[in-house]
Amino acid sequence: MSHEEGAVVGATYPPEVRERLERDAKEIIGRYPKPRSALLPLLHLVQSEDGYVSDAGHEFCAEMLGLSKAEVVGVSTFYTMYKRRPMGEYHVGVCINTLCAVMGGDQIWDELSEHVGVGHDETTPDGKVSLERLECNAACDFAPVMMVNWEFFDNQTPDSAKQLVDDLRDGKDVTPTRGPKRLCTFKEASRVLAGLSDGLAGEGPSAAGASLEGLKVAKANGWKAPEAP
Amino acid sequence: MTTLTPVLTANWDRPDSFTLDGYGDYAAARKALTMDPDAVIQAVKDSGLRGRGGAGFPTGMKWGFIPQGDGKPHYLVVNADESEPGTCKDIPLMMANPHSLVEGVIITSYAIRASHAFIYVRGEVLHVIRRLRAAVAEAYERGLLGKNIFGSGFDLELVVHSGAGAYICGEETALLDSLEGYRGQPRLKPPFPAVAGLYASPTVVNNVESVASVPSIIANGAEWFASMGTEKSKGFGIFSLSGHVTRPGQYEAPLGITLRELLDMAGGIRAGHRLKFWTPGGSSTPIFTDEHLDVPLDFESVGAKGSMLGTRALQIFDETTCVVRAVLRWTEFYAHESCGKCTPCREGTYWLKQVLKRLEKGQGSEEDLTTITDIADNILGRSFCALGDGATSPIHSSVKLFRDEYLKHFEIGGCPFDHAPSTVWGTA
Repeated sequence: MSHEEGAVVGATYPPEVRERLERDAKEIIGRYPKPRSALLPLLHLVQSEDGYVSDAGHEFCAEMLGLSKAEVVGVSTFYTMYKRRPMGEYHVGVCINTLCAVMGGDQIWDELSEHVGVGHDETTPDGKVSLERLECNAACDFAPVMMVNWEFFDNQTPDSAKQLVDDLRDGKDVTPTRGPKRLCTFKEASRVLAGLSDGLAGEGPSAAGASLEGLKVAKANGWKAPEAP
Repeated sequence: MTTLTPVLTANWDRPDSFTLDGYGDYAAARKALTMDPDAVIQAVKDSGLRGRGGAGFPTGMKWGFIPQGDGKPHYLVVNADESEPGTCKDIPLMMANPHSLVEGVIITSYAIRASHAFIYVRGEVLHVIRRLRAAVAEAYERGLLGKNIFGSGFDLELVVHSGAGAYICGEETALLDSLEGYRGQPRLKPPFPAVAGLYASPTVVNNVESVASVPSIIANGAEWFASMGTEKSKGFGIFSLSGHVTRPGQYEAPLGITLRELLDMAGGIRAGHRLKFWTPGGSSTPIFTDEHLDVPLDFESVGAKGSMLGTRALQIFDETTCVVRAVLRWTEFYAHESCGKCTPCREGTYWLKQVLKRLEKGQGSEEDLTTITDIADNILGRSFCALGDGATSPIHSSVKLFRDEYLKHFEIGGCPFDHAPSTVWGTA
C-alpha cells in the first residue's frame, strides 16, 4: 500500500531519521545566500531517504525552508528526477531521443521493457529495478546510451541491456563505463545529488572511448594549438 | 586544411587529468588577480570569444554589462545544464578537466566583481557532479577558492548545484529561477540577468566551455586566441560528432572547420553508407544535407546558409534514416520539455506531435504539411524563450528539404523505411 502515490499523507520521519536529515539539510542550506535555493538539493536529500519524494519528504523540505507544502509540491512535480512513487534500487534509463533511438535505443527499450516486464516509470515487484524512457543525456557520441542511477553505460545493445538488468537483479557487480568501480544505489546516488560526497570522484577513467577520438587524431598527426607567444 | 587544436581536451588522456596535479597550478588565475578587473574584461573582449552555449554572444561584452559600483552583490552562474539533443561536450569536459572550469570561474568572478559563484549542472550525470565537487574541494584546500585568494584580497565562494531533470533550465532565466528554488520557467526580458539576475542582482550566466576557455586567453593572450578561427568567430571549440560516423567523438578545432574536414578525421560516414542529413548545432538548429559539407562551421557562415552554429553538436544521419521519424522524435522531446508557461509553445508542440505521429504512420495528407508549418509559424517568435523557436527548426527545415519523403509516407500508407539498418548492429 505504501507504494501507492499519496498513500501515506501526513506522515513524518521517526525522530532519529529526522535528526540526521536535519543535520544534512542545515549544512546544505548554509551554502546558499538565500535558504530557498537549497530546495532542489533538499528534495534530492529526502529522495535519498525514501527512494522517492514522499509526503514526509515534502513536509520536511517545507519546514526546513519555511515554505508551505503546496509550494514544495509545486516545485518537485516540475522536475522529472523527483519521483512520486518508489523507484527501484537500480533506476535504469534508456535514451530514446532521436539520435540514440535511431542508433538502436528504440529496439533496446522495446526488448528491455518486455524482458523486465515493466514500462516507463514502473518498478519491478521485488523493488530492484525501475525503467525510464530518457531524453538526451549528453553522451551522443556513445549512442545508444543507458544510465543506471545516473551513471553512464555507453554503447549498449539489446543483449547487453538485458544482461545488465539481469546482473543487477542477481546482485552481481556491475561497473559503469565512465564512473566509479562500484555502482551505488538510487538512494545513495540521490545523496550525492543533494550535495554530499561519497568519496568516489577519483575512481574511473578521466575520459574514455569516443571522448578521446579527437585527441588521438591530433596526436597521431602532431597537431597542436599554436604556441603561446 | 584546418587541423585540430586541443586546448581544453589536451590533457584528457592523462589518468589524473581531473586533479590539480594533472591540470596545472592555476597560473592564469594568479596572473589575472594581479591585473585590473577591467583589463581582464578587455582581454576577453579583445580575444573575440563568443558564448559557447549556442547563442554566440560576445563573452567580454556580456561581462561589461554588469554595472560596477552599484553596491549590490554580483553573481556568476555557470550554465552546466547541457541537455540540447546532440550536445555532449561540456559533460566530458567537466568529467575529465573540471579544473579548467574552476580556474575560469575564479578569473570571471574577479573580472565582474562577484564573490559568489555557482555551477548549475544537470542532475543526470552523477560522476560529473562528483568530479566537479572534488575539484572545487581541492581548490579550497589549496587556497585557490575561499578568502584572500593568492593574497590578492579577493574572496570567492563556489557552489556546485545539481538540477533535477528539466531541459528548460538550460535557458538562462529559467536556470536562475530554478537556482532560486522555484519551477524552472523563463522570465520576461528585459530586465536581463546583467541587471536583475540571481536574487534580482547583477549576474553573468555563461556556458561551461566559454568559462573554461578564459584561462587560456589570460595565459596566452587575446591575440593567441584570435589567431584561431575566422574573422568574426574567433578561437577554438569542441565539435561533437555523433551518429552514423566511423569514429564519433569530441574534436577540438578552430571555428570555421567544415564537416567534410571533420568527417575525414573521424573516418567518414560508417562504411557502405552516405550522408543524408545532419544538425550543425543540436536539434534546435535547422538541418543540413550533403550540400552543406563545405560550409565553414562558424557563426556567420552557418547562419548565412539558414541554420545556426549552436553548440557544434553534429548529429549525423545516413540514408537509412527516416527524416519524418527523426523530426517526430525531436518534436516529442520539445513537447515533453515545454515548461507550459507560454501558450504557443505549450499547445503548439502538443499539436505538432499529434500531426507528426499521424504523418509518420502514413495516415496524413498533404494538407498536414501546411498544418505543421502553420503551427510552427505560430510558435516562432511568440514565446518567452528559445525552446519554442527551437522546436520549429526541425519542422521548417525538414519540410523544405525533404517534402517528398513526407509525401511518400501517405502515398504508401506507412513509413517507407526499415528502421533496423539504422542501428549500430543493423546491416544494410
